[in-house]
Amino acid sequence: MTSPLQIQESVSSERQLIARRQRTQDAMFHRVTQALSLLVLAALLGIIVSLLITAAPTFKKFGFEFLFSSEWDVVNEKFGALIAVVGTVLSAGIAMLIAVPLAFGIALFLTETCPVWLRRPLGTAIELLAAVPSIIYGMFGLFVFAPLFADFFQVPVQKVLGGLPAIGWLFGGATNGLGILAAGVILAFMVLPFVAAVMRDVFEIVPAILRESAYGLGCTTWEVVRKVVLPYAQTGVIGGIMLGLGRALGETMAVTFVIGNASRIPTSLFSPGSSIASTLANEFGEAADLHMSSLFALGFLLVVITLVVLSLAKLLINRAEKNKGTSS
Amino acid sequence: MNAALYRKRRFFNKIGLTLSMGAMVLGLAVLLWILAILFYKGFAALDLNLFTQDTPAPGTEGGGLRNAIVGSLMMLSLTVVVATPIGILAGVYLAEYGDASRTAGLTRFVTDVMLSAPSIVLGLFVYAIAVATVGNFSGFAGSLALSLIAIPVVVRTTENMLRLVPGSQREAAFALGAPRWKVSVMVTLRAARSGVITGVLLAIARISGETAPLLFTALNNQFFSSDMSKPMANLPVVIFQFAMSPYDNWIRLAWAGALLITLSVLVLNIVARVFLRDRT
Repeated sequence: MTSPLQIQESVSSERQLIARRQRTQDAMFHRVTQALSLLVLAALLGIIVSLLITAAPTFKKFGFEFLFSSEWDVVNEKFGALIAVVGTVLSAGIAMLIAVPLAFGIALFLTETCPVWLRRPLGTAIELLAAVPSIIYGMFGLFVFAPLFADFFQVPVQKVLGGLPAIGWLFGGATNGLGILAAGVILAFMVLPFVAAVMRDVFEIVPAILRESAYGLGCTTWEVVRKVVLPYAQTGVIGGIMLGLGRALGETMAVTFVIGNASRIPTSLFSPGSSIASTLANEFGEAADLHMSSLFALGFLLVVITLVVLSLAKLLINRAEKNKGTSS
Repeated sequence: MNAALYRKRRFFNKIGLTLSMGAMVLGLAVLLWILAILFYKGFAALDLNLFTQDTPAPGTEGGGLRNAIVGSLMMLSLTVVVATPIGILAGVYLAEYGDASRTAGLTRFVTDVMLSAPSIVLGLFVYAIAVATVGNFSGFAGSLALSLIAIPVVVRTTENMLRLVPGSQREAAFALGAPRWKVSVMVTLRAARSGVITGVLLAIARISGETAPLLFTALNNQFFSSDMSKPMANLPVVIFQFAMSPYDNWIRLAWAGALLITLSVLVLNIVARVFLRDRT
């Protein structure tokens, strides 16, 4: 056997050269790939900083009042974010109220009741729903959904419930198919596939032995999902819901087409409003000076809100997936 | 009493499962409904003029989408050229070097968040750095905004695909004395090739329908132009503008454009899926 010392001696200087070159190449490769991966981090920081800088005149002029003022008056240069924030939160909230039960149903169907050979094609179909560009949802909402929604939902509902004392105001206003509720419904179908996909994935993580034990005790499928699968997958499910919420809050096109684009606080579910994103899309072209900086301030608010929601979502989903290996 | 309880449980089970099946049917119905409307309205407006004529002036008849189609294709190509190498190399870093370092963990987390971040905000960002400073809207700015959306998609798929490559392949290459970068580029990336290509295809599908960021960056151009340093027509913004207009001809063209975009996005998605399934 040769000793390490002998090996070292036998390495010619040429080989040492190669080894050294490879080491520098390796170090360079490491640094270059690292720098590129940090690009994403830099982009996020850049977004926050650049929005803040451009929005500075607005924040300086209005201070905290910008957040709570419901005035958006371009002519007199008075700007407040409340209208857009309320519109964003309401439409996204309605979307989640509709999308979450539907997504739960789809995930349940895909993991429990669906015949195995159908799982893949149906799962793909739902994922394709997620691939449809949001502007298509917008056009669909404006040209197809809104007229039907007005005739077959808004008019009859207003007739029946509009006169009731406590909740009647919810259904007041014009029944032209556009407005907060319509935007919420279109958004719901847009985020549905995202939420459903996460729920399906976390349902599948639940160990088979837990399911089988529950079935062995005589549970029905509904009881297995409700009392075993759902509690086990809780963190992941909440993560999926937050992910959908993050998407719904920041969605532009699907909302802009159907929300009605009115700069006032909505007074009923049918009344038009505007969200942060729709305000940006509609007014950016004609904006200048303080108006422009106020739009950037809205954008900054949107970034902060969605980043918080999406980060929480990701943390929860990560935690759910980490449990995968440990408990069996 | 037991029989009553049993009946009740069976009853709830049936209701729950029926509702879940209903949700599934509703989801599929919406997909089919959207596709049906698109095909119905889009094919009615589809003709050869679409590809040979430029967008018409407001209120006039005829015209096509040539300038928008060419503009979109140019911006998409530039985006792919920029985003693919950056995304793949960043993905290599996260997969091959990223386990130990905390920054890599943070990067991975931020990339995930950026995957769902509102695209309109990326448009604002690019407007601030590449439009406001230069003084005019441009196709380059549009590509930059699209790249910011595409890169996280490529990064994450590349990383996930590289992680599927068995460690023994890496070890075999290392045992032959290969340096680390050669192992990454020539062994693991090659083994994960189909997955990486899938990621790029999905990224293209993702950005080809993006409208919001282009509103603030590439804007629009009524005329044919292949100069990327000037405002550039593109399908999504044209669709947005035309669909919101009161002119029938514009709305007709918007449906045709919507059909083109949706078809390409769905075909890309299906090709990506088939590609992945056949190779793994």
